[in-house]
Amino acid sequence: MTMIQALRSALDVAMGRDDNVIVYGQDVGYFGGVFRVTEGLQAKYGRSRCFDAPISEGGIVGTAVGMGAYGLRPVVEIQFADYFYPAMDQIVSEAARLRYRSAGDFTAPLTIRMPCGGGIYGGQTHSQSPEALFAHVCGVRTVMPSNPYDAKGLLLASIENDDPVIFLEPKRLYNGPFDGHHDRPIVPWSQHALSQVPSGHYTVPLDSASVFRAGTAVTVLTYGTMVWVADGAVRDTGIDAEIIDLRSIWPLDLETIVTSVKKTGRCVVLHEATRTGGFGAELVALVQEHCFYHLEAPIERVTGWDTPYPHAQEWAYFPGPARVGAALQRVLEA
Amino acid sequence: MNSHPALQLHVPEPTGRPGHKTDFSYLRLSPAGALRRPPTDTPAADTADVANGLVRVLDDQGRAVGPWAPPIRPERLRQGLRAMLRTRLFDARMVLAQRQKKLSFYIQCLGEEAIAVAQAQVLQPGDMCFPTYRQQGLLLSRDDISLSELICQLMSNQCDPLKGRQLPVLHSYKRAGFFSVSGNLGTQFIQAVGWAMASAIQGDSKIASGWIGDGATAEAEFTTALTFAHVYRAPVILNVVNNQWAISTFQSMAGGEGSTFAARGIGYGIAALRVDGNDFLAVHAASQWAAERARNNQGPTLIEWLTYRGGPHSTSDDPSRYRPADDWQHFPLGDPIARLKQHLIALDEWSDERHETLQQELQAELLAAQQEAESHGTLLDGHVFSADAMFDDVYKELPAHLRRQREQQHTLGG
Ligand SMILES: Cc1ncc(C[n+]2csc(CCOP(=O)(O)OP(=O)(O)O)c2C)c(N)n1
Repeated sequence: MTMIQALRSALDVAMGRDDNVIVYGQDVGYFGGVFRVTEGLQAKYGRSRCFDAPISEGGIVGTAVGMGAYGLRPVVEIQFADYFYPAMDQIVSEAARLRYRSAGDFTAPLTIRMPCGGGIYGGQTHSQSPEALFAHVCGVRTVMPSNPYDAKGLLLASIENDDPVIFLEPKRLYNGPFDGHHDRPIVPWSQHALSQVPSGHYTVPLDSASVFRAGTAVTVLTYGTMVWVADGAVRDTGIDAEIIDLRSIWPLDLETIVTSVKKTGRCVVLHEATRTGGFGAELVALVQEHCFYHLEAPIERVTGWDTPYPHAQEWAYFPGPARVGAALQRVLEA
Repeated sequence: MNSHPALQLHVPEPTGRPGHKTDFSYLRLSPAGALRRPPTDTPAADTADVANGLVRVLDDQGRAVGPWAPPIRPERLRQGLRAMLRTRLFDARMVLAQRQKKLSFYIQCLGEEAIAVAQAQVLQPGDMCFPTYRQQGLLLSRDDISLSELICQLMSNQCDPLKGRQLPVLHSYKRAGFFSVSGNLGTQFIQAVGWAMASAIQGDSKIASGWIGDGATAEAEFTTALTFAHVYRAPVILNVVNNQWAISTFQSMAGGEGSTFAARGIGYGIAALRVDGNDFLAVHAASQWAAERARNNQGPTLIEWLTYRGGPHSTSDDPSRYRPADDWQHFPLGDPIARLKQHLIALDEWSDERHETLQQELQAELLAAQQEAESHGTLLDGHVFSADAMFDDVYKELPAHLRRQREQQHTLGG
């Protein structure tokens, strides 16, 4: 399966198992979503289980909070992560706080799917990676898969989780992995083992990272598209890096991170989002706190620049394999 | 050459400021009984007259007149009177307790008691209200929510059902159909619509009731809620409590000048009523109308309740700095408790003596409840939930980072 098919399969399985799972968002119903993730669901489950929504992100998330309070398990879509801002109040002030402020009287078991990330000439409003804004909010979980197998398993785990989950989908990975070599032909998912996705129910646990590539020289902490870019940089440089795919951004799997960095003694943090106040800063702080005496070099951060995501300068902005490779080299030589 | 005059920014102002009387003619009142009662299946567009007029039942002599006069037994009216009085006395006592530093903060609903209390009579078990901080009448009209438990929340003490996490007045009572009140204005209005959509999705028969003040209608969620309620024909009553003030800001600043909040509904394709919020019978009848419409799959109703915020915005507010001190006395729709009392007396179903006895009973009940609540401590004497409780319920399970922080709090303190 491609990542799109895997996500669709997760929704199909979830809707088939639980009548309380409701899917809606802009263009999600009849049309099946602008990225086809919800294709066929309305025909299969009917208009009251999968439907189109007005162009109102605050309304989509706000109604989902109300549905959650009723006892449903809404899975809503924000067309692009760049457009979640009108729903910020409902996410931060409501979904994230409801269990806490009502001492468990009400909960918000919703999943908010949003395609994120760049590398697609999406310009300023089709490329953003806002995960740091969610990681700062207590009460929500933030998740980002990097391949079809994890995408389905993590989405099912997110839907079944009773906490509100922000589910970020790197749209650059929808149809195939991408190592940042934009000048080379794209390899589809079908040629990759991680596209072997069971058709039935399974989950990938939240709060658990995966060691995407075992290595000994340096640890790369990353997630989403950048997992593949890190892999590309390893191939280009021949450096034996251990690539950790966080999968769950927050809460995260600290143990896997700490075990790896203690082993390698070096760490590069990699994300597409802008640098300052980005989630990488939290990762650097955690590694510094927990692995200080094992570190043999300063921790490096490779990130997007502190600018809005440009259109024409796409590949100068996108942290590609050359930039990542240079950082790996620097950390090894330090 | 430009022949137009220099443009001028219009900044709305109330007619009344401290030292100047309010000219209440802006309210555009209709006489009691003057408005028709359309059938509940009326298309939204055909309710424009009721959205711009004012539904009233009780006339100046306390008689119930006109087509909206509800078929309601005196016993129900007495229950309503009791609940309104209980709400008012509760508020007064809690304001006092705040002054005595037994609680940090309070919000009263003085003058607005009829709206929550009469609608509570119409709603059924299982329905869900999405209230603001000024609908305590929904809780105080019930006998299954103990007064002392409410006071424990206000005092954030060891028996606070919300474990000291929430500001006073921001209650949560799922079992009473009272959704957790948020400090963020307007958010709950769209959530009410979502809850109603869920009830419809499940083929249930429950309805939702959303609440918002005049000031907060300027928030995006107000119009968002109208759109979603209309699009999905959600079984929801959308209540706008127009008490003329949003802290120090007159309702004209929320867009009320020369238009009604009810009329907003018509533009969104939602049936709308503008109702005398201090007329218990009118509130009952209009709520009944909207509830019936919602239960029959005929969609949402927007109701503007015309009332007046009789007290300060909160215990942190001093209204004499922005409005006439005696404004409420001149508000043409009077006091909801006095008006229902007058009606019941006119029916020979009530008397000043019975009123006095009831008041004493309620005071005694309140005193006992406050004593019971205080026996569990108050915020200011430090008898609050342990610091450990601070880390629970952020997530369903305690995640590793919060376990670490709880341990740090244990060893290091605040
Ligand atoms: C989003 C948001 N903005 C501002 C405030 C501060 N605030 C609290 S109450 C209030 C006035 C609300 O007025 P209104 O909606 O008319 O309701 P009322 O207090 O009159 O019942 C304001 C501005 C808030 N709580 N939330």
